[in-house]
Amino acid sequence: MSKVLVLAESREGSLRNVSFEAIAAGKKISGGGEVVAVLLGDAAGEQAAELGAFGADRVVTVEHPHLKQYTSDGYGQALMAVIEQENPEAIVFGHTALGKDLSPKIAAKLQVGLVSDVTDIEGEGDEAIFIRPIYSGKAFEKVKLKDDVKFITVRPNNIAPLAKEEGRAAEVSSLSVDITNLRTIIKEVVRKSTDGVDLSEAKVVVAGGRGVKSADGFAPLKELADLLGGAVGASRGACDADYVDYSLQIGQTGKVVTPDLYIAAGISGAIQHLAGMSNSKVIVAINKDPEANIFKVADYGIVGDLFEVIPMLTEEFRAVLSK
Amino acid sequence: MNIYVLVKRTFDTEEKIVVSGGHIQEDGAEFIINPYDEYAIEEAIQVRDAHGGEVTVITMGDEEAEKQLRTALAMGADKAVLINTEDVEDLDQFSAAHILAEYLKDKEADLILAGNVAIDGGSGQVGPRVAELLGINYVTTITNLEINGDTVAIKRDVEGDTEELETKLPLLVTAQQGLNEPRYPSLPGIMKAKKKPLEELELDDLDIDEDDVEAKTETVEIYLPPKKEAGKVLQGDLQDQVKELVGLLRTEAKVI
Repeated sequence: MSKVLVLAESREGSLRNVSFEAIAAGKKISGGGEVVAVLLGDAAGEQAAELGAFGADRVVTVEHPHLKQYTSDGYGQALMAVIEQENPEAIVFGHTALGKDLSPKIAAKLQVGLVSDVTDIEGEGDEAIFIRPIYSGKAFEKVKLKDDVKFITVRPNNIAPLAKEEGRAAEVSSLSVDITNLRTIIKEVVRKSTDGVDLSEAKVVVAGGRGVKSADGFAPLKELADLLGGAVGASRGACDADYVDYSLQIGQTGKVVTPDLYIAAGISGAIQHLAGMSNSKVIVAINKDPEANIFKVADYGIVGDLFEVIPMLTEEFRAVLSK
Repeated sequence: MNIYVLVKRTFDTEEKIVVSGGHIQEDGAEFIINPYDEYAIEEAIQVRDAHGGEVTVITMGDEEAEKQLRTALAMGADKAVLINTEDVEDLDQFSAAHILAEYLKDKEADLILAGNVAIDGGSGQVGPRVAELLGINYVTTITNLEINGDTVAIKRDVEGDTEELETKLPLLVTAQQGLNEPRYPSLPGIMKAKKKPLEELELDDLDIDEDDVEAKTETVEIYLPPKKEAGKVLQGDLQDQVKELVGLLRTEAKVI
């Protein structure tokens, strides 16, 4: 039994799903021990209850004006103070932009190993083995940490969160930390990502390629994605052709996604694109070319014009889901 | 300006991965400069051309990595350093960062660049770890870099959003796609590269004891994802195919 520290992360005021997944990962590593979630921000306390409902035993908050926006210096100082107080045997972050940026700094400060981008965990406690994709998902490795402190980041959408228990309360405490000498000053954040569902955490992704032919061509894809509570993605070809912003690009360069359902429309399936989505749970390919590479990784395929098929799919889902 | 670029030799993205005896088969595979490191090299050259100074590319590995260093020199880097770790077993991100930081600690680098992630190991740890060990600031996944005196204005990609920030030199940055278009080495560049200095160092030269950089992680198994069964390409009238697909997604795949 061990104590595990989990960094909770929010986006636009609500906790990210990956935080609940990280708690589940923490529970597993702890072997029945204690999971302590950490909330950093300028009004961090509000979200503590939800973390409890998803399995955190305790919540430590650090509130400071310098934590309103993420900087590696500010978050690094706050988190090191929490680590010193709690002395955890394991630490779990989400493998998000923030987690990727901050975790190597903390690992270097603690002089420990770090297993990044974990998609599954076998065993628990000291025996825990972490599974992660390598070579852009073309292979997997199982990794053990030799240190006393087990530090991992978990890829969103892979480790199932624990069932939410309304009313399950976590003990909340706050820690006051002096945060000084921020070397980075954030001037502005320009939001380019589409509203609503975050692509890397979406359960459903509807992605378009060159076959979508224009920016307007993405409208039916967006309609289907909205209906299914999902997000729109794109191949590099579609981004290069300026149909959509690069923030939507899925692939080796771009985002790696592992949704429950990936619908590829008008995407040929270049190896670089497959690197970003081939580990999705279920893949549907829609393409006019029956020889397209995407059909090789698809679970279900429809050979046809996406501009006919996608609207039909939207109608059919709408009919079925409204029942 | 004293500029360093951390470079990794990686598998070509198009290579098929074969696992045998618990290792990725490397025989006959094509190797390249990690694509994200190419952005870092290109940016380093552009910064040098605008502000003066020198670009040194560094890599770790065996002598095979000379080829990638020569490519970087042909692109326009001035000097190259190969830290030979051929005989060192058990290296991970902790080890790599310590070795690189040990080399860099007395170099008074103004700017260090690296790729934001290597396409083989995919952890993205080494850059920020090196910065932390050197006690300098870092900014990851940058898409734009402007240097004015010792002030640096940066745009970085944060899951699709763009963060605009300001910081100071000395600094380590990691490159994201979109930072620039890496140049191809020109023929004169390739000729010149042959004469540029390429220093080879052993851990001993850096006063590093192998035990001090022993990996903190241990890979116990490498395996390929289970081969996917050939998917089901639906047949018949398009409207019926769509109905069937929705049915399958709900009852067989159970994802909706």
